[in-house]
Amino acid sequence: MATATAASVPVTRPVNWIGVLKDAVIIGLVTLALALPMVGFETTSSTTERGWPLLNTRFADVAAAVIAVFLGRLALNLVREGVRAPVAFMAWAVFALLLANLITETVPVWNEAVETLLVIGAFVVGFVATWRWLSPEGTTSSEVMDDVAAGLQRWNRVIAPIGLLLALAFPWLTGLYALATGGEFAISRNAVDLGVLLLTYVMLGWGLNIIVGLAGLLDLGYVAFYAVGAYSYALLALNFGWGFWACLPLAGVLAALAGIVLGFPVLRLHGDYFAIVTLGFGEIIRVVLTNWSSFTGGPNGLSGIPRPTFFGFPFERNPAEGETAFHQLFGLEFEGVHRVVFLYYLILLLALITNLFTMRIRRLPLGRAWEALREDEIACRSLGINPRNTKLTAFAVAAMFGGFAGSFFATRQGFVSPESFTFIESALILAIVVLGGMGSQLGIVLAAVLVILLPEWFRELDQYRMLAFGVGMVLIMVWRPRGLLAHRAPTLRLNSAGGGR
Amino acid sequence: MSGDLPAERGPTDPAAATWDRVPPLLTVEHLTMRFGGLTAVDDVSFIAGQREITAIIGPNGAGKTTVFNCLTGFYRPTAGRLSLERGDGTHYLLERMEGFRIAREARVARTFQNIRLFPQMSVLENLIVAQHNKLMLASGYTVLGLFGIGGYREAERAAVEKAKFWLDRVGLTARADWDAGNLPYGDQRRLEIARAMCTEPALLCMDEPAAGLNPRESLELNQLLLSIRDDDGVGVLLIEHDMSVVMGISDHVIVLDYGRKIADGTPVEVRNDPTVIRAYLGEEESDELPPEVAAYLGIAPDAGTQ
Repeated sequence: MATATAASVPVTRPVNWIGVLKDAVIIGLVTLALALPMVGFETTSSTTERGWPLLNTRFADVAAAVIAVFLGRLALNLVREGVRAPVAFMAWAVFALLLANLITETVPVWNEAVETLLVIGAFVVGFVATWRWLSPEGTTSSEVMDDVAAGLQRWNRVIAPIGLLLALAFPWLTGLYALATGGEFAISRNAVDLGVLLLTYVMLGWGLNIIVGLAGLLDLGYVAFYAVGAYSYALLALNFGWGFWACLPLAGVLAALAGIVLGFPVLRLHGDYFAIVTLGFGEIIRVVLTNWSSFTGGPNGLSGIPRPTFFGFPFERNPAEGETAFHQLFGLEFEGVHRVVFLYYLILLLALITNLFTMRIRRLPLGRAWEALREDEIACRSLGINPRNTKLTAFAVAAMFGGFAGSFFATRQGFVSPESFTFIESALILAIVVLGGMGSQLGIVLAAVLVILLPEWFRELDQYRMLAFGVGMVLIMVWRPRGLLAHRAPTLRLNSAGGGR
Repeated sequence: MSGDLPAERGPTDPAAATWDRVPPLLTVEHLTMRFGGLTAVDDVSFIAGQREITAIIGPNGAGKTTVFNCLTGFYRPTAGRLSLERGDGTHYLLERMEGFRIAREARVARTFQNIRLFPQMSVLENLIVAQHNKLMLASGYTVLGLFGIGGYREAERAAVEKAKFWLDRVGLTARADWDAGNLPYGDQRRLEIARAMCTEPALLCMDEPAAGLNPRESLELNQLLLSIRDDDGVGVLLIEHDMSVVMGISDHVIVLDYGRKIADGTPVEVRNDPTVIRAYLGEEESDELPPEVAAYLGIAPDAGTQ
């Protein structure tokens, strides 16, 4: 990297204290003006004797907000003025103190939500200050992140196996964690369940990435294929009694067919028009599922979907006559967690297949044609690439992976209903793809962790959870509009030395 | 080149009737393209010969790019017939084919007036994408390639070799791994030509390849085009404003004005054609060309009777 040597002599100029303070005070006053009506008063259901509504006041919260914003702004201003290391240390100290208090509750705080937000604020300030302190002079943080993304891509051969090993060991690691914290070895059902949820979204993100990241088609209705997969499995299993492994490919095929049927009329459109129509198709599927009661069970959904079996050996305490249960097969005690761990490995396998496919297809002519179509469709036509068929394959393949994920969802839940396939799911999956950096496989994992796990961890925040999530999204999009790890490495090189950019 | 075409050639004459040069590659007959009430191309007929560089010139708005868009399937002509006869005896009617089939089967490649590369893909990848159909076949339409069965690896290696060959021809080998969008303008122009050539075309249509090039780059382009004609045996159809390119390398020039063909012949014939001079200068009758116009058309000030 071109780290400027001569030019990077830090220019020490005096800190403009008055300007810094003035700005922070103004921002504090703005906070006061905003927080007073919105946070300061709370309407209650009780009324006075004369029928007036009774208001609760929360001036402590307002004061906390104003002081926190004032201090945070002051710190960020100082960072901009070049006072970096001291601010970083102080912010991390505040962060540590507040976090410790949040966990141990030594000093009782009247409002846990406020305290959590303060912890997040201190973290952001500390992160920004440290980042600016450590990054070379004259580079923007986004440029540094570009280098990080390129570096991660270069070290992918190392990172990918390590990540894979971690993912494989994860259930046992939770057991070891329990052992280390003084209990006995027990795989944490909650943690593994969370892992299953995360991997489901990673898989969906990787699937959607084929349409959005590679082929460059903004699909707002991806959840439709997820739904088709889930209902395919549910209906095949309930009506014909077919097992999971027989239904999985069929669900994929049916979802791919749905992709082709939906894609055929839509693919003539471009850009925003395309996005709106896919959104509409996503809703059509959901509305059909809701209203076609005789076939899909309508809004009540379908229940009693068979749970997955270990290649025919069910995960049950008391298996049916003539069947061997999983724990009997291996001579284990029955434990509910077996099924969860099996589901975990199942979705890990499915997600890995999606990832492997994407990595391979990028090096095949079809994948290159997808990317070329994203770049310039007219040029593709002039090179003899059939744009319609090429887009259709992208649509069908992505839909197929959505279908796989859907049938996994059905077997995991044992129940499907149209409720699970609303637009918000599509938006969430798209957010993962966009946030991670379009086309970046690792970025999608990172974004899925942010989007799925953080809201889970901050469940304590209750109603503030989605607020914090939204704030985080806005911050990241301001910082990295093209996504966290947006970086594209060529799929083949001529001069192995790396070339330039 | 004999160049002694009959002097009387009204714009409605099918050019085929009087063609006596090299074997024809592309025959355009009565091509008409209307957009609503506007007739962009009006009954144009011409022939582009095999292993020849044919230039289409004309003032702005004369319909040159529209002719190209009809040829390469971006527009469906209102009327007319576009037939391509390759040297191997195969014969295609372009006006009946979809755009991508014209490129894939008839092998008509084109470059664009405003360069259309795949900017976020590397230079090498741009050239590999150009060989899509061949590679698609080799990878068993992806299915075999996914599982590593069949000769895809060999085919890809051959494709890379071909790309290397063209990178060498256009002098971009050192920048093969750059993102195409980061190349300087002149390099992007040359890359687009290399990409078109990687499709192994029978006819290469180029829309103002010299636009925005400096004189040295323009000269290099001339050499490249001559070499494409002579060494690769590809017919070139060229829209160009740069008269040093047109007059310097074309074997045959067609002049359009307001959608009609007003002249057709060798560069020497065309640049001395009074109709052409009038189209470029306006109706005003004058024997003497202003010196800058004469220089533009490549006429020596006293060369009226050459």
